[in-house]
Amino acid sequence: MTDEMVMDEIAVQLDARVPSGNIETLWDRARFEMKLVNPANKRKHTILVVGSGLAGASAAATLGELGYNVKCFCFQDSPRRAHSIAAQGGINAAKNYQNDGDSVFRLFYDTVKGGDFRSREANVYRLAQISVNIIDQCVAQGVPFAREYGGTLANRSFGGAQVSRTFYARGQTGQQLLLGAYQALERQVQEGRVTMFPRTEMLDLVVVDGRARGIVTRNLITGRIESHSGDAVVLGTGGYGNVYYLSTNAKGSNCTAIWRAHKRGALFANPCFTQIHPTCIPVSGDYQSKLTLMSESLRNDGRIWVPLKPGDKRVPKQIPEAERDYYLERRYPSFGNLVPRDVASRNAKAVCDEGRGVGETGLGVYLDFSAAIERLGVDVIRERYGNLFEMYQRITDEDPYQTPMRIYPAIHYTMGGLWVDYYLMTTIAGLFAIGEANFSDHGANRLGASALMQGLSDGYFILPYAVGDYISQNKLEKVDAGGAEFRAAEIGVLETTKKLLEIRGHQTVDSFHRRLGKIVWDECGMSRTGAGLDRAIEKIRELRGEYWRDVKVPGSADDLNQSLEKAGRVADFLELAELMCVDARHREESCGGHFREEYQTPDGEAQRNDEDCAYVAAWEYQGWEQAPDFHPVLHQEPLTFEYVHPSQRSYK
Amino acid sequence: MRLTLHVWRQKNAHAPGAMTRYEAGDVNPDMSMLELLDVVNEGLILEGGEPIAFEHDCREGICGSCGFMIDGLAHGPLPATTVCQLSMRHFRDGQELHLEPWRARAFPVIKDLVVDRGAFDRIVAAGGYVSVPTGSAPDGNAILVPKENADRAMDAAACIGCGACVAACPNASAALFAGAKIAHLGLLPQGQPERHQRALRMVRQYNAEGFGSCTNIGECEAACPKQISLEAIARMNRDFIAASWGRR
Repeated sequence: MTDEMVMDEIAVQLDARVPSGNIETLWDRARFEMKLVNPANKRKHTILVVGSGLAGASAAATLGELGYNVKCFCFQDSPRRAHSIAAQGGINAAKNYQNDGDSVFRLFYDTVKGGDFRSREANVYRLAQISVNIIDQCVAQGVPFAREYGGTLANRSFGGAQVSRTFYARGQTGQQLLLGAYQALERQVQEGRVTMFPRTEMLDLVVVDGRARGIVTRNLITGRIESHSGDAVVLGTGGYGNVYYLSTNAKGSNCTAIWRAHKRGALFANPCFTQIHPTCIPVSGDYQSKLTLMSESLRNDGRIWVPLKPGDKRVPKQIPEAERDYYLERRYPSFGNLVPRDVASRNAKAVCDEGRGVGETGLGVYLDFSAAIERLGVDVIRERYGNLFEMYQRITDEDPYQTPMRIYPAIHYTMGGLWVDYYLMTTIAGLFAIGEANFSDHGANRLGASALMQGLSDGYFILPYAVGDYISQNKLEKVDAGGAEFRAAEIGVLETTKKLLEIRGHQTVDSFHRRLGKIVWDECGMSRTGAGLDRAIEKIRELRGEYWRDVKVPGSADDLNQSLEKAGRVADFLELAELMCVDARHREESCGGHFREEYQTPDGEAQRNDEDCAYVAAWEYQGWEQAPDFHPVLHQEPLTFEYVHPSQRSYK
Repeated sequence: MRLTLHVWRQKNAHAPGAMTRYEAGDVNPDMSMLELLDVVNEGLILEGGEPIAFEHDCREGICGSCGFMIDGLAHGPLPATTVCQLSMRHFRDGQELHLEPWRARAFPVIKDLVVDRGAFDRIVAAGGYVSVPTGSAPDGNAILVPKENADRAMDAAACIGCGACVAACPNASAALFAGAKIAHLGLLPQGQPERHQRALRMVRQYNAEGFGSCTNIGECEAACPKQISLEAIARMNRDFIAASWGRR
């Protein structure tokens, strides 16, 4: 695709409906101006919530408490298994309990800067304000946060922050927050206000007269295709990191709900903004099914290095100090091993590309604790990282007390997602997106301990107001789940399913998924080039064609068929991957997780272009069926920074 | 290395099942048990067969989706490890393994190694929460919790709801699962107002689901991948008895 083509297609600017006024009072004012639904009428309104992670479960529970009739859907066997459960580190809040100078404004400032000035200031400010309410709510639910001896809540500093504002529950903060939301959800199930549909996957969105009025689902046990109608649809279905096949995401995490909503008219924002986490356990073989994250805190005491000479296969102990390259300490003397995630990841890739990677595959770098053990003693290291060392040893069979860990970056989070306005509504009226599923608050890079904050902020404290406002402002005629639009969507779903089963080709779904992952990882991963992205777009199109000719999906549509579930999800990833590359191709700057090799400073750091690129890129679906002429329409939401002035990050 | 697998295959809840033998050659010792099944399944699909259905999601031991019996042991032979983190280096070259779904009346088989654990959700719905609607919470530090209690509550709250405790118990009791939630909330001040009601309702529900009674055998604790202590059951019993006594 040429640049001229993209420029020709720029359509009207998007209106995010941000209230005007001082940023500190915007949310108060918005809450006052939002219309309310008569409490007696709430039960007459059905809200469909898809996804039961932090965002979905907290939203469904809160809507139930308010009195709405809620239906909540998840593909897992229980809402408690949503992937939020795997978050380790913690959740930020501007409580300033440590008296170290934190404030709502400071959390706001750090988050806008951390996002490399590609997020919407008003949203981020609101997020920082609500952060304090989240902690209160979760404590009251009985979330067992870490405590000091006096009984107060403990905090730690995380991800290079200069204040201690992270609340945590051992290394299982996501699990405990999710169980809190899940328990609140189950309470509403018991009260009869929420009906839970586990093992149910949303396969299409139904739009009636321009409004989201329902969804089509597949019961994963019986295969039954069903329609559900409602007054609003909420998607809390998480991110799309599994487009890369290998990621830290759960195996079932997928883009299907947001992608199908996109195909029904919801704009998809900043799809190329993906986050790569620098400290994961490297791939060990072709069979590998996922990557395991090791907490970022390890970089506080570990030193990262590779051999100076390419192809040096000696064991680490035999490589003398003079023949090691502590490349982060060398390049970034002031931050050293503690540079932000994107910088650490990119540098690891660079040394491996030079042939200096370690381990059997050559895709790994050492994280060495021997200096720290010598300085602090083995007991201190054991106390700080004992559980992580144990986990590492369980997976790799190597003892990090004796030999350096091997780590490598992996896809961890996707900042892109459905475009939403200040009220979390997508460009389809009545369709809301919350949590990782929307593009919202993290800009081009997410800071540690802020994903959980955003999911719960959206679900507990923003969405329930926004849905009420939408319902009270619009006259929503009753729609019948047997209506023409529903029937048409059901038929579409049935046809796709039938088509997948009837190809009876020669290659498995997983083998296609792996190949797709490799293309996207190589060309739209840690660093990107215009030429590489053009190549990737060609390759993805070819692979997509091959998929629909040669995929082999066993079994039938009328029972539990895990291959069929995967086949539908991979079909969507094959389309989304192309849009990611189109977005990455058009964004001619480097920012946050998006590093274009053409745009770097003389010393090799990311070069942002605030003059031309300070906007959200939101893409409109134009039909893939017409490929190779496919080109999505770009809509722009300009970003202005009144409170935090853009500056170039430097870690030298 | 090579392994021989005998896997329980059952088309659906109503069909009869049987053990089926599969040969797995070229097993990498670094593979997890689930990655081994992935490889076996890829082979089955290409041969025109039906892959083995098994539950999994996070593959890092926290979501609680996975789990089956390996040679009669829930999650296999390694302590504190779910099958998704159980690597093949713990088995011998040429070893034969028997994989079966959780066996309990309250966990009906759906297909192959997949069972229905919906009963666990209903036990939580019966009372496994603190009733605190969004917005009604006091400041976080207004509720002080002694560190020791917070730590013990966290120990109990670490339960991942996988069902290994039920599968390991000769009575198929869910006492450790319900007890873990009752202990978690009962150890915290936030859980006190509903403490007795919670125990009564949750125990009533797990009886209704068809789980067996606890006879203090302790297999559950040994099988638990999160090492939840039997103490949780003692706490549940204490709350349940106090609640029943108080109601007389």
